[in-house]
Amino acid sequence: METSNILEMRGITKTFPGVKALSDVTLEVARGEVHAICGENGAGKSTLMKVLSGVYPHGTYEGDIVFEGETLSLSSIRDSEAKGIVIIHQELALSPYLSIAENIFLNNEVKGRFGLIDWHQANKRAQALLARVGLREKPTTKIMDIGVGKQQLVEIAKALSKEVKLLILDEPTAALNDEDSAHLLDLILALKEQGITSIIISHKLNEIKKIADAVTVIRDGKTIETMPKAEITEDRIIKDMVGRDLEHRYPDHTPHIGEEILRVEDWTAHHPQDPNRVVVDNVNLSVRRGEIVGIAGLMGAGRTEFAMSLFGRSYGSRISGKVFKAGKEIRTRTVAEAIDNGLAYATEDRKVYGLNLIEDIKRNVSMASLKKLERLGLVNDGQEYQVANEYRKSMNIKAPSVLAKTGKLSGGNQQKVVLSKWIYSDPDVLILDEPTRGIDVGAKYEIYTIINRLAAEGKGIIVISSELPELLGICDRIYALSEGRITGEVPIEEASPEMLLKYMTMESPR
Amino acid sequence: MTNTELRPGGGPTGSEEIGPPVNRFTQAIAHVLADLGKNGIFLALILVIVLFQVLTNGILLRPQNVSNLIVQNGYILILAIGMVLVIVAGHIDLSVGSVAAFIGAVSGVFAVKMGLDWWLAVILSLAIGALVGAWQGFWIAYVGIPAFIVTLAGMLIFRGLALVVLGNSNIGSFPTEYRALGNGFLELAPIELGPRSSIDIITLVIGLIAIAALVVQQIRTRRGRVSYGQDVEPVGWSLIKLALIGIGMGLFTYALATFKGIPITLIILAVLVLIYGTVANRSVFGRHIYAIGGNRHAAELSGIKTRSVDFWLFVNMGVLAALAGLVFTARLNLAGPKAGDGFELEAISAAFIGGAAVQGGVGTVGGAIIGGLIIGVLNNGMSIMGIGIEWQQAVKGLVLLLAVAFDVFNKRRSGVR
Repeated sequence: METSNILEMRGITKTFPGVKALSDVTLEVARGEVHAICGENGAGKSTLMKVLSGVYPHGTYEGDIVFEGETLSLSSIRDSEAKGIVIIHQELALSPYLSIAENIFLNNEVKGRFGLIDWHQANKRAQALLARVGLREKPTTKIMDIGVGKQQLVEIAKALSKEVKLLILDEPTAALNDEDSAHLLDLILALKEQGITSIIISHKLNEIKKIADAVTVIRDGKTIETMPKAEITEDRIIKDMVGRDLEHRYPDHTPHIGEEILRVEDWTAHHPQDPNRVVVDNVNLSVRRGEIVGIAGLMGAGRTEFAMSLFGRSYGSRISGKVFKAGKEIRTRTVAEAIDNGLAYATEDRKVYGLNLIEDIKRNVSMASLKKLERLGLVNDGQEYQVANEYRKSMNIKAPSVLAKTGKLSGGNQQKVVLSKWIYSDPDVLILDEPTRGIDVGAKYEIYTIINRLAAEGKGIIVISSELPELLGICDRIYALSEGRITGEVPIEEASPEMLLKYMTMESPR
Repeated sequence: MTNTELRPGGGPTGSEEIGPPVNRFTQAIAHVLADLGKNGIFLALILVIVLFQVLTNGILLRPQNVSNLIVQNGYILILAIGMVLVIVAGHIDLSVGSVAAFIGAVSGVFAVKMGLDWWLAVILSLAIGALVGAWQGFWIAYVGIPAFIVTLAGMLIFRGLALVVLGNSNIGSFPTEYRALGNGFLELAPIELGPRSSIDIITLVIGLIAIAALVVQQIRTRRGRVSYGQDVEPVGWSLIKLALIGIGMGLFTYALATFKGIPITLIILAVLVLIYGTVANRSVFGRHIYAIGGNRHAAELSGIKTRSVDFWLFVNMGVLAALAGLVFTARLNLAGPKAGDGFELEAISAAFIGGAAVQGGVGTVGGAIIGGLIIGVLNNGMSIMGIGIEWQQAVKGLVLLLAVAFDVFNKRRSGVR
């Protein structure tokens, strides 16, 4: 059966324990087109692409994938690559210490006599591939010696070496500067001329408008619609991306806003490895007592980098700027100093940065405040137990006792332990980075209630979140961040998802 | 996607669990079994002791041999105490054997060649040990070179310096007080019990005081827990454990009292165990070590000064390695070029057999001591049986592997990590 569609994904449903990530998703991609997929963080785009590329093998999802008229049952990435489907992930999968040619032919080596690698041939073929993607580098150059824009091109050359028919690019320009982005988009169009179909996942609506022949919008694991080129408008995409019921997912919050508690002036931070790259660019913001302030921004906008550079310079290099607490300048050069000055920061990745998973709840709660439990250098065990137990009750941490290891708790309960730790440190300002990521709906509501309670106690709260509805549901004021700069500041009464998305995708006039 | 982490209904909870009907008896049994599982290493030590007591026809537990066991392994146990803390923080120290040899040689210069007072020689030697530790700690904590590399270099550097200090000869015949560190006994009031046998009253008294202190401490801990509303273990089980440990200590005391009294090495060890047990369990510094080993990022973001903790850990290790060097040198009455050879491996083995985790974050001072004693009993028992050094090595290697494999298996079964 010949069809004009190179790919049809029909009725794809993918369930993780407790969560339906994809529900009856349909995606049709015509041969030779550039097809864009849009959706908020967590909408299910990446999951869909992982199903398509065999990361989630056949049988772990429902529905059919028809590629070039053939129903696929993939069991690994190798299978999908054999069919000509190649995915390039957002985090590039190149080995920095190997050369360009070595990376291109990794696990696909050019064999010569006796099964040994024919480096001469490999470098020659790599040279030809580099010419095709317009990269002027020697095949023997190491990946670590070229910039991220060129690395992206090496990934594409690698895909071309596998005889790619369908190229999937996940946020390809997120980490690129304007020039590199433009070059990459031109390359995608050039590949289209050569008959290669592309699927591009992107947040950058202007880019999509520029190169896409069709756009499919996914929201909450469902396909909303696919629009042909003629109908693509940024407004329509945004509307499709955010339109959902915002009622009753957030507890009522009546703000009692007092005087200013924290002000950050001209905060700038550079990339830790590349001190010339500005990651946080002259950020100014303030928080008042009892106020919940949101920071909205796309992935890579510099939200976490801002928070971590502020919190004891835990990120970045060449950091500059001033911090004022209640009008008085404070220093936050080390984490201990930041904590002493009344700051707290709950990280976005609680497993990697927030918790000691092999320790119990008690020791995690006390970790940032052992000073309070100490006399003559010794920790008062009993008091520690009592403190942790009080938090277990007041935060409703579901665990048999405070001696339970945090690694065995669910995401929501782990997050409550992290919050307990910071609340016990008695801060004036709490920065909460993605406080509800990976948490189910019921626990989210509880976390929101806790945030409201903290605000009601007169603390200043900064919430960083990728979920716009969440920010709109709980904040009193929202800053939008794009490319490390504050591009907008909106009181909640005036805020709308459309408006925020516009600020969040605003590019700098460079 | 992080969705895979989600569990329906908010995950495991205490109150919603449906289990078999619970009564006090099944609870007590469950507790005893859990406790035995946790103290598997202690049971292993008892097993090894019983095994060799049988294989050596009762020689192992003769008073003289019991005393020897402590004195022969004292320096390994001293090293194991420092090593377990280093391992908990996620590091390793390969240099302790060389440092012990170096300090032994240095102390020989102080105490023999320069003829300083023994106490001054000891203090100076320990101070140099601290400097050695500070040197290594600097590279590890502030320059960021992995401890494996720094201490591998240290292993060569300080072995070399030991030879330089010795200058191609042994330094020997130390002052009596110095030698007491490794050979001395506290025997103050021996009472004749017949020809060629006596019993030291002071040793017995000290033993009894230690047992009493243990009992009092257990009761106080229990009371403390009850007053703060913590769960406590069943009274019966507590009493049985206490009684068994008390009897064990009693027999041990008796053995020492009927030989020569309390070895000075044992006194040093007991003081170290008390201090470091408290540091590890109850001090802020100890908490920081465990926090760093469990999750370095989280520790840093909780305001813990990870570099400073790393630095002081290695300073401490340097002092303990120096002390081990002194005790060893005192025991041989000789500072020689081969001193401390392989100590690092025995100390590391002791820590791992005692339940420390390679990834860090897990391990106890008590466990390391028991691990060290297991190695000690193996060494001693096999030597008594006349087994050659080649088979001793092989058996010890196998025991290390099995102990860690058992630990890994145990953790996998209980679903930790």
